[in-house]
Amino acid sequence: MDHFPTNWGRPRNDAADPYGTYPIHQRPATKDTFAEGVQRTQQPIVTGTSVLAIQYKDGIMMAADNLASYGSLARFKDIQRLHKVGTSTVIGASGDMSDFQAIQTLLDEVVTDEFTHGDGHDLGPAEVHEYLSRVMYSRRSKINPLWNSILVGGFRDGKRFLAYVDLLGTTYSAPSIATGYGAYIAIPLLRAAVDGRVDELTEENARALLHDCMRVLFYRDARSLDKYQIATVNASGVHISDQIHLDTSWSFAEGIRGYGAQTQ
Amino acid sequence: MPDGSFAHPQQRQFNPYTDNGGTILAIAGADFTVIAGDTRQSEGYSIQTRYAPKVFRLTDRAVLAVNGFAADGNMFVKKVKQRLEWYRHAHAKDMPLHAIARLIQTMLYAQRFFPYYVYNILGGIEEDGSGAVYSFDPVGSYEREACRAAGAAQSLVQPFLDNQIYFKNQKAAAGQSHPAHLPLSDVLAIVIDSFTSATERHIEVGDGLEIYVVVAKGRSPQGLETMRNVQELSTRPDGDRMFILRRELKKD
Amino acid sequence: MAAASVYSGAGFDFTNEIRNNFLTERGIPLPKATSTGTTIVGCLFKDGIILGADTRATEGPIVADKNCEKIHYITDNIRCCGAGTAADTEFTTALISSNMELHALSTGRKPRVVTAMTMLKQMLFRYQGHIGAALVLGGVDVTGPQLFTIHPHGSTDKLPYVTMGSGSLAAMAVFEAKWRPNLERAEALDLVSAAISAGIFNDLGSGSNVDACVITASHTEMLRNFVRPNERVQKERSYTFRRGTTEFKKEEVRALVVEEDVTFISGGRGTEGEAMDTS
Repeated sequence: MDHFPTNWGRPRNDAADPYGTYPIHQRPATKDTFAEGVQRTQQPIVTGTSVLAIQYKDGIMMAADNLASYGSLARFKDIQRLHKVGTSTVIGASGDMSDFQAIQTLLDEVVTDEFTHGDGHDLGPAEVHEYLSRVMYSRRSKINPLWNSILVGGFRDGKRFLAYVDLLGTTYSAPSIATGYGAYIAIPLLRAAVDGRVDELTEENARALLHDCMRVLFYRDARSLDKYQIATVNASGVHISDQIHLDTSWSFAEGIRGYGAQTQ
Repeated sequence: MPDGSFAHPQQRQFNPYTDNGGTILAIAGADFTVIAGDTRQSEGYSIQTRYAPKVFRLTDRAVLAVNGFAADGNMFVKKVKQRLEWYRHAHAKDMPLHAIARLIQTMLYAQRFFPYYVYNILGGIEEDGSGAVYSFDPVGSYEREACRAAGAAQSLVQPFLDNQIYFKNQKAAAGQSHPAHLPLSDVLAIVIDSFTSATERHIEVGDGLEIYVVVAKGRSPQGLETMRNVQELSTRPDGDRMFILRRELKKD
Repeated sequence: MAAASVYSGAGFDFTNEIRNNFLTERGIPLPKATSTGTTIVGCLFKDGIILGADTRATEGPIVADKNCEKIHYITDNIRCCGAGTAADTEFTTALISSNMELHALSTGRKPRVVTAMTMLKQMLFRYQGHIGAALVLGGVDVTGPQLFTIHPHGSTDKLPYVTMGSGSLAAMAVFEAKWRPNLERAEALDLVSAAISAGIFNDLGSGSNVDACVITASHTEMLRNFVRPNERVQKERSYTFRRGTTEFKKEEVRALVVEEDVTFISGGRGTEGEAMDTS
C-alpha cells in the first residue's frame, strides 16, 4: 500500500509531475508499486549439491548424493536427484529441487507425447539435451530462470553422450563433467583418470572412481551427504542403483593438538 | 526480524550473462580467408571443457566465429544457420557473404536492448572471388577488414596483427613496398603464433586450436592439403574449397 | 604543524586512505596488484615436510610472470609458501625471516616453526586482513616436523596436509584421495607434484611449473622447477626486423666526446705566451 496521497491515481512509474500538484523536491521518491508483487528473480530454496558424470568404455556413469538442503539445514536426506528420461537417457540435477521437479514433469510429458505418436521414434540423450537447453535458455531470456545445473547422459546407437546445461542456458560436452563444488573438487581427479582413456575405462574402474570422488566431496563439501546413487547408461539401457553408503575415515590428524602453539 | 533489518527479503539480482573466455581471429588473403578460434570454454577460474568449438561453417564459402557468452553464441549461430536455410529454400542458392554480413547486422541490432553478448567475425569468399573478413560488435555495427582479433586476448593479438598484416610501424625497404596480401603459409604461421603467444600470456586461452581455411574456386590451396591434422570439408570438387586445420595448445 | 607532516612514523602510511576511498567511490578504482592466483600446498611425510607451489603470477586475466618463486626462505629449516597479493607475501615473509634471524641470535637457539607462525599471525591480525597474504608455513625444528596455514586475517591451522590459493580445492582433492601417514620421501614428492599439477591444469589462476621443497631434520632441499610440464612451443616464424624498419622524421648525429681547444691568452706559465702588458 502506497501511503503517499500524491501518488494515488498516478501511473505507477511516473517520475515526472505533469500536473505540477506537488513541489517536486518534496515528493517522495517514486517507486514501482508492484515491484514486490511480481517476484521473478529468485534464489534457490531447497537445493541439491554436486552431480558427477563420466564417459567410460561402454557408456556413461553419473552420481549424485541423496541430500536436499534448506540453506545450511540438511532438510531431506532421501531425495533422488537422478532421473531416467525415455529409454536411453538419464539426467542429474543440482540447484533448486522444486525447479528440478518441474523439469522432470516437463520431460515426462514430452516423452509421453512422443510415445503417443506411435511412429517408432523416441527421444535420445542428444534430443533431451537440446530440448532442455532450449527450455533453460528461454527461461533465462525471460529473466525467470530455472535455477539448476543439469547433466544429461546417455547411450544410443553405439555412441556415448554426456553434456551440461545450466540456468543461463550455457551448454558444453566433455569426457568428465561435474556441477557445483564437484567442478572444483571432483573434476581434477576425474580428468586425471578419464581424459584420453575413455575407451580403456571399465565399468568397475568407473564405479570405483566415482565412489572415491563422492567420498572426497563428502569430506570437503559441507552441503553433501555420505549416501548417494549411481546411474549407468550403456547398451543394456538405463540403470539407477540403490543407495550406496560411503565409508569414511576422520582419524588423519590424531597426533595433532590445537591450531597453533599448543602441544598438549 | 524484530529490528526490521530483514523486513524485505534480500533480492539477489539474476544476471543473465556470463563470460566464457577464449579468443577468435580471422585474416583475409587475396583469394582465401583464414578463420580461427581456440577451443577452451571457461567460467571464472574453471575450465568447463577443453573442446567447445567457436568457429562454425555456415555455407560452402562462409564461416562464422563467435566469442563471448557461449549460450548466446550458440543460439545466435543456430538462428543464422536457420535463416540461411530459409534463404536456400527460397532462392535455391547459398546467400552471398556480403548479404550474410548484413543479415547478421540486422539480427544483432534486433536485440539492441537485450543484446547477444557475442563478438562475431565472419570470414569467407566474396562473389568476386576475393577473401573477406567482416567483424561485428555485439549490437551489429560492422565493417569489412583484412584482419581482426576478438575476445579475451584481443588486446594481445590485434596489435601483433596490425604489425604483421598491415605492416604498421614497419618502413618498407628502399624502393620496395609492403605486399597487399600475404601467401597462405605466412598467414597460417601468423595465426598459429598468435594463439601460442596468447596462450602463454592469457589465462583464458588454450587447450586446442581450430583453423578454418576457405580457398576461392579454382585457386591453389598452396600446399595446405599436405599439412598435418588437415581435413577437407568441401562439398563439391569444382567449387570453393574449405579446410579445417587442428592444433594442440597448452592446457595450463 | 609543519613537523607533523614531515614526521614519518614506522610502518604503513595511511594518509591517502580517505582520498583513495573517495576516488573509488567516484569510479576510479585502485591499481590492481599482481596476485599469485596460485596453488600452494604442504604435506607431512615420514622424515619431515614437503612444500609445493606452482609458478604463475597473474594481473587479472593476464599472466604477469610465468616462472615466479612462491616458496620463500624463512630460516634454514623453515620455508613459507605465499598466495594472495604478491607484494604482501614477499614483504611479510622477508620481514619475518629477518626477525627470525634476530630472534635466533638473541636466544642462541635454533629457530622454531611455531615462532614464525606466531609472528606471522600476530602481524596479519594487527592489519585486520588488509595485508592480503595467505600462507603455508612448514619446517622441521627441535619439536619435530610442523605444518601450518595462515589466513590473511591471522587465523591459523595445524594439519598433516594443507592447501591454499585459487587452486586449493583441486590440490586438496588429490590429498584427500591419496594422502596417508608415513609416506616415503619419493611417494610424498609424487603426491605434492600431483596436487600442484591438479591446480596447474584445472585452475586458470595457476600454471607453468611445479616447485617443491623437502625439509627434514638434517637437510633442506629446494627443488626449483621440479616438474616442467608447460614448456613454450617453438614459434612458426622468426620475428626479426630488417635494420631501418623503424621510421624516423629527423636525424641528428652528435659527437659524445667533447672536444676542447685550449688557447692560452696569458704567458704566465707557458713559454709560448707573451707576458701581459702591465705598463
